[in-house]
Amino acid sequence: MTTVITVPPSLDDDTFEQVFEQVATVSPDQKVLVDARRTRWASPYGLTALLALAQSRVERAAFAGPDNEETASYWARAGFYRHAADVYELHGKVPRSREAQSESNVLLEITDVSRSDDVHQVVERIQSKAQAILVHELRLDPQATMRFAMTLSEVCQNIIEHAGQGGWVAVQAYRYRRRLSRRVVVIAVCDAGVGFRRSLESSPGWKPKDRWDDAMALEDALIRGVSRYRDPGRGQGLAGVRRFVGKWDGKLSIRSGTARISIVPDWDDAVPLKEGMPHFPGAQVQITIPERVSPG
Amino acid sequence: MTNHIDVGSVLRRTVCDLYSNLVTRPTGAAVRREIETVLLGLDTPSLTVIDFSQVGLLDFSCADEVVGKLLDGVRRQVIVTDAYVLVRGVRDDHLEAIEAVMQRYDMAVIVESEDGEWHVVGPLDDGMRRTLDVVHQCGRAVPSELAEALEQPPAAVTETLDGLLERRLVMRTEGAYVSLQSVL
Repeated sequence: MTTVITVPPSLDDDTFEQVFEQVATVSPDQKVLVDARRTRWASPYGLTALLALAQSRVERAAFAGPDNEETASYWARAGFYRHAADVYELHGKVPRSREAQSESNVLLEITDVSRSDDVHQVVERIQSKAQAILVHELRLDPQATMRFAMTLSEVCQNIIEHAGQGGWVAVQAYRYRRRLSRRVVVIAVCDAGVGFRRSLESSPGWKPKDRWDDAMALEDALIRGVSRYRDPGRGQGLAGVRRFVGKWDGKLSIRSGTARISIVPDWDDAVPLKEGMPHFPGAQVQITIPERVSPG
Repeated sequence: MTNHIDVGSVLRRTVCDLYSNLVTRPTGAAVRREIETVLLGLDTPSLTVIDFSQVGLLDFSCADEVVGKLLDGVRRQVIVTDAYVLVRGVRDDHLEAIEAVMQRYDMAVIVESEDGEWHVVGPLDDGMRRTLDVVHQCGRAVPSELAEALEQPPAAVTETLDGLLERRLVMRTEGAYVSLQSVL
């Protein structure tokens, strides 16, 4: 029997919870059809999390893409269908991606990350476009460009070092009407690998604590800089990401297992730590940096 | 006695000739191993300038591998050589990564920033910083000479200088303490 997973019309990190909720009730070896026919818009998080969803299934999932041609065409240009063909059984009309056409607001189309070389490629590709968008459109200091690329590098490496399998990254700029009415640049990195809790549990000599769950693991990794490796230099990547996000009034959220931890700026009302969410493996990271506004 | 290592060239030679960014741990580890090999082949004591001017991006993982683990290895004599290191050609974003790494290891390193000034990057108490500044101004000094400038008893100055020596922020030759920059 195939279970239909309905994708909401607008797909971002908030609304994707509706998808996780549906998926969590279906055993991974059971067939699912991910139905995005009525979806009109998806954030980079939405698109990369859809790929992670397929990765989480033992039985290859089926996928029906947006009926709306403009939406489908955009997803194709963002690289979604190219990767979806590898992990999904595609149903219905699959738009052809036109290589020459690239979106001006897509800083990095969906890219798979499974090896160290992939991170080099991501960083090389992002730099020229990041400068143009971060400085000229989002009015950030030119220094932000290098820090942005450092942040991207660190979150991508998180997949290689901790996921145990590949994941996907995408970077896009768009106007964030719901909360800010400003332009934002968003990095999304999603995988369905081992996740933070199991990664930290694999540390040599790890012993269970009185309280130990996904939320605690996320706090250890993001707030306390704990790593599964013993080297003193480990655990700095996420600390650096936090500093970057804090400096540019951005938002960072990491979902893993049944919890989500966020560094929340004034313009957002997310809770810093949310527990008891529907279980989904791996880690799903989103970083949002808003356009800078002049004081007064 | 003074050796210069262009990290950008090491990166292109050891990892990929198309890369200019020092990102990812495997890349950093490959570059560090190459630098370690160079250090081990030098006559001792040696002073090596590690130059980042041809490096694009330096992420935290690579800063840890190339600077943190290298200096920690020399300090703990895991890399068995009497080597001293200066860092040159760093931009503000490089500096941020190096500083974070130095904090984690509780180590300090002398760095020349874009403005051409030398700075100590990493945790070091005020007394040591002040003593290091005076050694830098003198180039080469014995504790009794520095005691007057620092208004401290010679024994206390010697203790501070030995602390700097242990951190490999000064060299010692023929009874005198020598600023690393003066050797260049």
